[in-house]
Amino acid sequence: MSSYNIIDHEYDVVVLGAGGSGLRAAVGLSEAGLKTACISKVFPTRSHTSAAQGGISAALGNMGEDDWRWHMYDTVKGADWLGDQDSIEYLCKEAPKAVLELEKYGVPFSRTDEGKIYQRPFGGMTKNYGNGIVQRTCAAADRTGHAILHTLYGQALKHNTEFFIEYFALDLLMKDGECKGLIAWNLNDGTIHRFRAHTVIIATGGYGKVYYSATSAHTCTGDGNAMVLRAGLPLQDMEFVQFHPTGIYGHGTLISEGVRGEGGYLVNSKGERFMERYAPNAKDLASRDVVSRSMSIEINEGRGVGKDQDHVHLHLSHLDKSVIENRLPGITEAARLFANVDVTKEPIPVVPTVHYNMGGIPTNYKAEVLTVNGSEKTVPGLMAIGEAACVSVHGANRLGSNSLIDLVVFGRAAAKRAAELIKPGAPHEEIPETETQKCLDRFDKLRNAQGDNSTAELRLAMQKTMQSKCAVFRTEKNLEEGVNEIRKTYDGMDSISVKDRSLVFNTDLVETLEFDNLIRQAVTTVDSAYHRKESRGAHAREDYPNRDDKKFMQHTLAWCDGKDTKITYRPVHNSTLTNEVQYFPPQERVY
Amino acid sequence: MAQISLPKNSEVNKGKYFKDKTGSKNIRKVNVYRWDPSTEENPRIDTYEVDMDNCPSKVLDILNKIKNEIDPTLAYRRSCAHGVCGSCAMNMGGKNGLACTKPHAEIDGDIDIYPLPHLRVKRDLIGDLDGLYKQYQSIEPWLKNNSSKDTTEIFQSKEDRAKLDGAYECIMCACCSTSCPSYWWNGDKYLGPAVLLQAYRWIVDSRDDERKARLKKVADELKLYRCHTILNCTSACPKGLNPAKAIAEIKKMLATANV
Repeated sequence: MSSYNIIDHEYDVVVLGAGGSGLRAAVGLSEAGLKTACISKVFPTRSHTSAAQGGISAALGNMGEDDWRWHMYDTVKGADWLGDQDSIEYLCKEAPKAVLELEKYGVPFSRTDEGKIYQRPFGGMTKNYGNGIVQRTCAAADRTGHAILHTLYGQALKHNTEFFIEYFALDLLMKDGECKGLIAWNLNDGTIHRFRAHTVIIATGGYGKVYYSATSAHTCTGDGNAMVLRAGLPLQDMEFVQFHPTGIYGHGTLISEGVRGEGGYLVNSKGERFMERYAPNAKDLASRDVVSRSMSIEINEGRGVGKDQDHVHLHLSHLDKSVIENRLPGITEAARLFANVDVTKEPIPVVPTVHYNMGGIPTNYKAEVLTVNGSEKTVPGLMAIGEAACVSVHGANRLGSNSLIDLVVFGRAAAKRAAELIKPGAPHEEIPETETQKCLDRFDKLRNAQGDNSTAELRLAMQKTMQSKCAVFRTEKNLEEGVNEIRKTYDGMDSISVKDRSLVFNTDLVETLEFDNLIRQAVTTVDSAYHRKESRGAHAREDYPNRDDKKFMQHTLAWCDGKDTKITYRPVHNSTLTNEVQYFPPQERVY
Repeated sequence: MAQISLPKNSEVNKGKYFKDKTGSKNIRKVNVYRWDPSTEENPRIDTYEVDMDNCPSKVLDILNKIKNEIDPTLAYRRSCAHGVCGSCAMNMGGKNGLACTKPHAEIDGDIDIYPLPHLRVKRDLIGDLDGLYKQYQSIEPWLKNNSSKDTTEIFQSKEDRAKLDGAYECIMCACCSTSCPSYWWNGDKYLGPAVLLQAYRWIVDSRDDERKARLKKVADELKLYRCHTILNCTSACPKGLNPAKAIAEIKKMLATANV
């Protein structure tokens, strides 16, 4: 049995993660008078929200008529009808308020001639239910995520949020199916901390790093998702992984969809603007899954560019110089640094790159975590928000700029709901020591692992498997190979090696714990993909090319205990939240 | 006679030497500062022979290669890998920068990698930025606006918004402040270029109602006027920003405005 000194804390609420959603929740919780701790493995402004470029969607109507119902329709369609329409209604209706609130917090949005928030066109964002392009995506040049993250951190400072920075969370503390807190490891001094809380809000982001080539940061390891799996709860819709059409070839750096929003376009080796063939109306501004598939087809059919004909070109040199300077300065810098390209003269080499996880911890629109045990139930004491959560507003495919709005709308919703449920300062229950011991045993076992397989090798094997077996196009054969291969990598954990035994900034152990988190999500992702025998949104099965609404208008729920998974389904919500808008029944999805 | 002794752990020893095992003909020597607080040992410089034929172009790629293939115990911060999160700020070839955007081809000879200068080291390449973060909090980095209208944004002209360009982009990597000799000497009291650039960002925001109070707050011999326009900050900024100019602007505002 492992023995560590434990430092105990008691809070009304613990927020795990300090990106856009975690910070927004923390601000709301502090405002509501709840004693709140915000725990993060990185300093808040290092969170991956900082990498969001293009903007945040909200039907403000600053650049022509707009309506939140149109935004809702676009989101439902973008999601390929896998989104829960009650949640989507909530998102789109609350969006304008949330953006105005951010502006009041101080976000330096770009401006129109009248001094209003500037909005740009984005993929899949239309007016009047699919009839023409609308400018809905509010932008701070092409650094919107950075601007929002820094502003929200400022707000958290204003509200004296208590931060625990560079603490790595290990596990949730559960009792009779309820969440009672969590355990974290302080990297700064190596101590172990136990946080009791009436509610834990998971805001740990996505798990893009299960793939080899991703726009995601090194730290996007979905730690909260894995903690949920270890707590015996399911993850939802994990097969839906978004490939962003424009990651820089060879490096993976994101090039914002805003480039195409401002008039940039994709070209194949024949010099064709090929998106005209795949999406005659929306062209380069079709939704991301559509554009990524089209690019993959062009490359697979031999019309890719470059020595290996394995990528395409994104042109923007025809744009007005002032547009590039004022609205796309960040990607100009990124293209220079990582593709050695001067965007005013040359195209950027791009390829579809893993970017976002639509799947995650199932929640309702109040951010309460759901599970299924006979019927749909909430898990008391546990909430999830942001990319870690699957509300589900993004369904099978997220629209660009719907992610940032998801962070703030549901960050705020979580704080509101917690304030309803919790009486500030209410006493805490005892948690059985066995929970703590279980967590520390895993920690100690990995810390002292003396096997032959380095974490880096296993991680690479996992990433290569996911990249080749669970990519843009999927088949039964491919996925079956993936299901088996990923388990071999999982078995490699039995003989994992950790060389560093210390406790202060032991990043060898951090990466091993992160790998332990990643591999569970890789297993659930490929298993969920294998079992969904249809094509919907980002999940494109060559052997099942059509959407199957009869069988699969359902969310996948995947439990994972080690390498054993259990897959079940729960129906997509088929009603709206209020009668201010009607349910959008499934249609054929064309752009 | 006065005895001057160096503080504990300030002497850096020669460390381990990791010889290349790949047989590559294209090797570079990489010298990395190492210190582990859980041992009683002094800091040391470990040297790694790195195969450059299979290494992408940035210094961070070298560190990742060392961590993945040679020595997993090396500790450094990193996250986004494309120059927006500010985690991997360090001193490379004698200059501060982000490891993820710094091409190693720009460094001649052996590659020396140290933590950001003049910070307490937490471990290896990980510096302690807590002091700088507290200073950041002290400038109250949030908008102070008294308007109560919820239904529209606070209007801001394009010209007023343009004043924030060059300031709001700061990623708080601390490359500037830790390159500043004034900050080295008086880092506990002088706010330093990173934090003053942030102060400037709020002072010039046309939406903010507390411009004068903000100016007054930084108008202090130590907080502001320790800047002696050395300009190391501007030379160090990996985002191409100009903190020195922002500081000069603050001084100018204080000299000309009735605060």
